[in-house]
Amino acid sequence: MLTNHPHQTSRGMSDYQLKMAFIMPTMVLLILMNIFPLLWSLYLSFHRYKASMPAAPRFIGVRNYSRLLADPEIWGYFQTTAYFVVLAVAAQFFIGFGLALLLNRDFRYKGFVTTLLLLPMMLSPVVVGLFWRFILSSDNAGLLNFFLSPFLNSPIGWTTHPKVAMLAVVIVDTWMWSPFMMLIALAGLSAVPKFLYEAADVDRASAWFKFRWITLPLVSPLLLIALLFRTMDAFKMFDIVYVLTREGGPGTATETVSMNLYKLAFRNYNTGKACAMAYILLIIIVALSNIYVKYLNRVKGEEAQET
Amino acid sequence: MKSVRISLVFVLILALAFVSTSKADNHQSLTIVWAEWDPANYLQELSKDFTAETGIAVDVIQIPWPNFQDKVFTAFVGKSDLYDIVIGDSQWLGRNSQGKNYINLTDWINENIDVASIYGPAMTAFAEYPKGSGTYWALPAEVDAAGYVYRKDLFEDPNEMKAFQEKYGYALAPPKTYDQLRDIAEFFTRPDKDLYGIATWYSKEYDGITMGFQQVMWSFGGAYGDADTHKVAGHINTEDSVKALEFYTDLLQFSPPDAPNYYWAETLGAYNAGKVAMAMNYFAFFPGVLNPESNEISHDKSGFFIAPAGPKGHYISIGGQGMSISSYSKNKDLAKQYMKWFMQKPVQEKWAALGGFTPHKEVLQSDIFKTATPFNEAFAASFPYLRDFWAVPEYAELLEVCQTNWSEAISKIKSAKEALDAIARKHEEIFEDAGYYDE
Repeated sequence: MLTNHPHQTSRGMSDYQLKMAFIMPTMVLLILMNIFPLLWSLYLSFHRYKASMPAAPRFIGVRNYSRLLADPEIWGYFQTTAYFVVLAVAAQFFIGFGLALLLNRDFRYKGFVTTLLLLPMMLSPVVVGLFWRFILSSDNAGLLNFFLSPFLNSPIGWTTHPKVAMLAVVIVDTWMWSPFMMLIALAGLSAVPKFLYEAADVDRASAWFKFRWITLPLVSPLLLIALLFRTMDAFKMFDIVYVLTREGGPGTATETVSMNLYKLAFRNYNTGKACAMAYILLIIIVALSNIYVKYLNRVKGEEAQET
Repeated sequence: MKSVRISLVFVLILALAFVSTSKADNHQSLTIVWAEWDPANYLQELSKDFTAETGIAVDVIQIPWPNFQDKVFTAFVGKSDLYDIVIGDSQWLGRNSQGKNYINLTDWINENIDVASIYGPAMTAFAEYPKGSGTYWALPAEVDAAGYVYRKDLFEDPNEMKAFQEKYGYALAPPKTYDQLRDIAEFFTRPDKDLYGIATWYSKEYDGITMGFQQVMWSFGGAYGDADTHKVAGHINTEDSVKALEFYTDLLQFSPPDAPNYYWAETLGAYNAGKVAMAMNYFAFFPGVLNPESNEISHDKSGFFIAPAGPKGHYISIGGQGMSISSYSKNKDLAKQYMKWFMQKPVQEKWAALGGFTPHKEVLQSDIFKTATPFNEAFAASFPYLRDFWAVPEYAELLEVCQTNWSEAISKIKSAKEALDAIARKHEEIFEDAGYYDE
């Protein structure tokens, strides 16, 4: 029998209790899987602790942080990562946006071509790294060097020369993730109202004018979101480096922060120091994301003002 | 109707799970974890005899080398009973004994195993921690060493011999010193014919370049540090070590262009493809050289020699692994039964006959063993010169520092001196953090 009370269910649960019953499983899961590890790792970052050893965590204050921040090699890994992020994200932006502009028109087999272009980002990064390892092999057996051999005196050390190896990683990451940029840009482009272009055509506006004053402003919020995702993801680059340049080689030429963090955490089991490093990385990614989000809000604000 | 079908499938799955669990419960079984390579296949084959004798099934799980350590250590951190016996690297001893991942086998070994029958240095390298303490955590399973394979057809070609004699003033033969090794590597380097002098380990993966270079460093007079005080500066960054690292970097010009990525698989691949005149590898990988299926070019034209001597000594990187019992195993007694069986002389003879590198002194020194394969003699000759990396609990961190810096040195990112100084500084930092310098 239903009760007359508007906030009471048949089993005597209030709306609030019902709401909590629905939310609690998610909350418990979130606390167990996200919040607790986050806090626990923060706690460990101030301790000397190795997960592989039985000794309990020993409090050492900010020593893990000071050691990391004073280590020139760690800064070297950050520099390598920043270099990679700038090169890879820029290349993906231009190629992805270019492809989206090309695809933003009707032509035969458009769906098929779009699907083909999207394939790389659907593959596992480890698989991508492995087959690019064969393509970029530094001797003449490497597919790319084989095709380039008529024009070269000696094969290019794609993964063995410290100055070229980063380029190899950028090429592979760009091959894999430009389609993502393309997809987001394409979504933005298809949402631009056609009448704006028609009005511009009536005014005999040039192609550049239409691109600069119609396409770009309307697509830029989505492009910024794509850039944000790619920057965050590129900053965490691990798998392709692990497979393609064998743990960030040659030397430290392609050793990213995440690669070094992996070694610290899961090879050396230097858990306390690895937690501190993870927090430094987290702070940097959050700061970078905030810059993007602020810029995104500004762009949106300008857009709102214009309309 | 649909829900009835789903229920039936569910019941069937449950029934299958129950049947398989019951089946597993009826039979005792042991799980051994090892890296993915031929000796693990030999062990699986050998273990059939144990199963026939005892009824205990033995499963040898093989993990690819690059992930071997990571997977086993992750299982240890999770205190998993997935593995009963772990056949791990000698460097793991410190970490896994102090980390309580291996059980202490000292009393059991002294009561059940004829330690005198085992080759002494192998017992020290693979079983004892701390060294010289008489405390055992393992039994040697596979004793290995770094050695060389060479193209006999090239070395014994009259034209090549004559040309070499004229150029270097001595006869072309397997090198006995690193200077000779360099000469021969230089002599056979002919990029226009896609032939190079040498393939050796330069890879940054796992312990690649460290295992390749350390034997050169020792033979040139360098050392990792003082084993008692754990002081490193003044041992590893000496003039001798610098010369050794410069020598090792210099050898790279006589290697295929992809050589900075070379480790076991790549050196073997380069040799089998006919790209190099000489290749270094662990002896346990050499069956792949003699197999006509994997080496069409020189399977019947290959000779073997031990790693050369340097100007200040003769040392060779030790390979192989010891057999330990996981602290988290639920089958510790079965594991001990297996290890006791494994160390018996007839079993060791069969182990050697299958291709395993036995630690059993008598079997190792027997003519049957030395003539069992074309490389066993060179392997046996390498024994007196074997040396190991640090086996302390912090070995992984120490190794990582070496891998990075030596890789930077051969890539010319750092000079040899800078790389060695960086290693000395970082190693002392690691030892200091671990409390080795506390009074």
